[in-house]
Amino acid sequence: MSATRTSPPVADADLLRIRGLHAGYTVPGRSGLRRRRVDAVAGVDLTVRAGQTVCVVGESGCGKSTLARSVVGLLEPFAGSVSFAGLDLASAGRRQRRRVAHDLQMVFQDPYTSLNPRMRVADIVAEGWRIHRGRVAPGDHAAEVARLLDLVGLDPSYAGHRLHELSGGQCQRVSIARALALRPRLVVCDEAVSALDVSVRAQILNLLADLQGELGIAYLFISHDLDVVRHIADEVAVMYLGTIVERGTAAQVFGDPQHPYTRALLSAAPSVRDRPDSATEVALTGEVPSPAAPPSGCRFRTRCPLAADVCATEAPGLRARGDGEHPAACHFAGQGAAAAASVEAAEEKQA
Amino acid sequence: MPVPDMGGEQRAMPVPDMSGEQRAMPSTAGDGARTTGAERSPAARLRGVHIGFGGRGDELPVVRGVDLDLVPGRVTALVGESGSGKSLTALALMGLLPAGARVGAGSVEIDGRDTAGFTDAQWRRLRGTKVAMVFQDPMAALNPSFTVGWQIAETLRRRRGTGRRAAREQTVELMRTVGIPDAEHKYREYPHEFSGGMRQRAVIAMALTLDPAVLLADEPTTALDVTVQAQILRLLAARQADTGMAMLLVSHDLGVVARVAQDVAVMYAGRIVETGALDDVYTSPAHPYTRGLLDAVPDPARPGRLVPIDGQPPAPGHRPAGCAFAPRCPYATETCRTDDPPLVPLAASRPGPATGQHSVACHHSDRVLARATGTEVPS
Repeated sequence: MSATRTSPPVADADLLRIRGLHAGYTVPGRSGLRRRRVDAVAGVDLTVRAGQTVCVVGESGCGKSTLARSVVGLLEPFAGSVSFAGLDLASAGRRQRRRVAHDLQMVFQDPYTSLNPRMRVADIVAEGWRIHRGRVAPGDHAAEVARLLDLVGLDPSYAGHRLHELSGGQCQRVSIARALALRPRLVVCDEAVSALDVSVRAQILNLLADLQGELGIAYLFISHDLDVVRHIADEVAVMYLGTIVERGTAAQVFGDPQHPYTRALLSAAPSVRDRPDSATEVALTGEVPSPAAPPSGCRFRTRCPLAADVCATEAPGLRARGDGEHPAACHFAGQGAAAAASVEAAEEKQA
Repeated sequence: MPVPDMGGEQRAMPVPDMSGEQRAMPSTAGDGARTTGAERSPAARLRGVHIGFGGRGDELPVVRGVDLDLVPGRVTALVGESGSGKSLTALALMGLLPAGARVGAGSVEIDGRDTAGFTDAQWRRLRGTKVAMVFQDPMAALNPSFTVGWQIAETLRRRRGTGRRAAREQTVELMRTVGIPDAEHKYREYPHEFSGGMRQRAVIAMALTLDPAVLLADEPTTALDVTVQAQILRLLAARQADTGMAMLLVSHDLGVVARVAQDVAVMYAGRIVETGALDDVYTSPAHPYTRGLLDAVPDPARPGRLVPIDGQPPAPGHRPAGCAFAPRCPYATETCRTDDPPLVPLAASRPGPATGQHSVACHHSDRVLARATGTEVPS
């Protein structure tokens, strides 16, 4: 998607800046008096530039939805900062927040639970204009709704319908039309196409790409579907248990994965084209631990085929290796099993 | 009458709610001694099966004339988008069609016997021994009030008359074979204490308890994460290979199918439109719908715009005359709008095992095939 884009103005360079973000939920503490914090997102740095598509991939429980909710302000972070277009959302007041709210929209995974079934399609799409007054004159609402529905590939005659009269793919288009109604600069898509059948998914992905080309929208695209991510991403961040374990361009992450988790994810993902070859398949055992009790040191070590003693004591930072920006958080980043084995052997010798 | 949503895309539930029925794996009634037929003959066979809602199953036809052979030792995948009728087809093999749905015409044969007019008791004798099923949502298939081990052991005790201690030992062993670690301990835990992947393993163990001749797996990994999905798919493939049972994998995910199946049948609007060995169908799809499905998946070799299939599948009851895919098909001609093409073997196809014959229901399959080879992107 990025190939033909002209570079944005310098002021807009970092549209979304996330630094050291900790967010999650609280559970009753052991004494029952004080609640204990569970960091579903435990220290995430991420930047989305104007007109760019950044994808966050990972399995359920890795904190990617918590990240999305913190970005749009549905969740108060424990620590760290989220700044959008230069405004720190945590310290900003309600009024300041509202001033940027229209630039920051979200499309949720399930249109049936994120849209109001009692409202007509036209009212769902136009709701933002009633809140952010002065953007579209009330007299123009109908025409503007029709234009937006047409843009997302829905017949404008659906404006008077309610959601139960629409299919899942059509509802998701309504959801996207609503998100676009205020001409946002960033749309956070949390598994926005995951529930769709392949042919409809392709229609929606084409639509998102077209809109980016026409309106210069940036996407923070959260998905577990690697085929989709590879297709649309400019940059990819791989999350595991609340932290980013690898980051880079789509070509870097898919072509030359550095972190053992990324490699496992790539080999586990079922694909129509690359049949799994049991010799090269990186099989993970076990499942993602609970973020309430993350393992010491490296959070991936309990499932990692390369895990050594150092991994239990020292959390690896997200460090770039060699040239280019392609950091991975692993003591053995870029090394195969053989390299790890030689490290182990060396340690044994020392002991 | 609950009419399932057959309109559009994948929703949370793939099949209409079947409440208590869904958690019934095998239960009462004596054990039907298993008579293994000749190895080549299908363990289950569908011939011209129509399934519909209302009246005699003909008012709202959802499945329209499906032929399918499930052969011992082979994994057959039934793929299609939501609403294509693939789940109903699988449920018909279990005698578990939702309320209001019935087999209107055709025959469902299991182990050589036509199941038409089977009583509940007769179905119960088949379930577990001849056919067993793994559903998408393991939490709905397990009873939350009993320990997982007890639920698996119950099958052995009631169907085989196994004693308490022996049933327990066999269950622990079974739980080990499906990769549940620390099975002795896990035996005593309740479903909510299991993770999603472990629950699905438990449900697979339950389905395998009585050594079924046919295992039906309806979207068995859709609710799971990719790394866990890979584990479960490996487990299913391994158990199938070990036992030599026949397996029907129902899925909307072409990638999942590619991992496990040897044969594939593509369903559209209640009919099988293309079937054959997986490699034949995936590398040279002869039906425009199959080709469209494969093209709609993003391919690193072809960046840029995706090629979606235009439009939506027709709702049951609103299917056009002629070929149901014609309104969305780039190859459609006048013939397609009047004559529904039958599923016939491709002229060029090599004869394969019983279900491996590459067959297609399209008037223009030669054009689809010619175009497929003509536009193939060199990789």
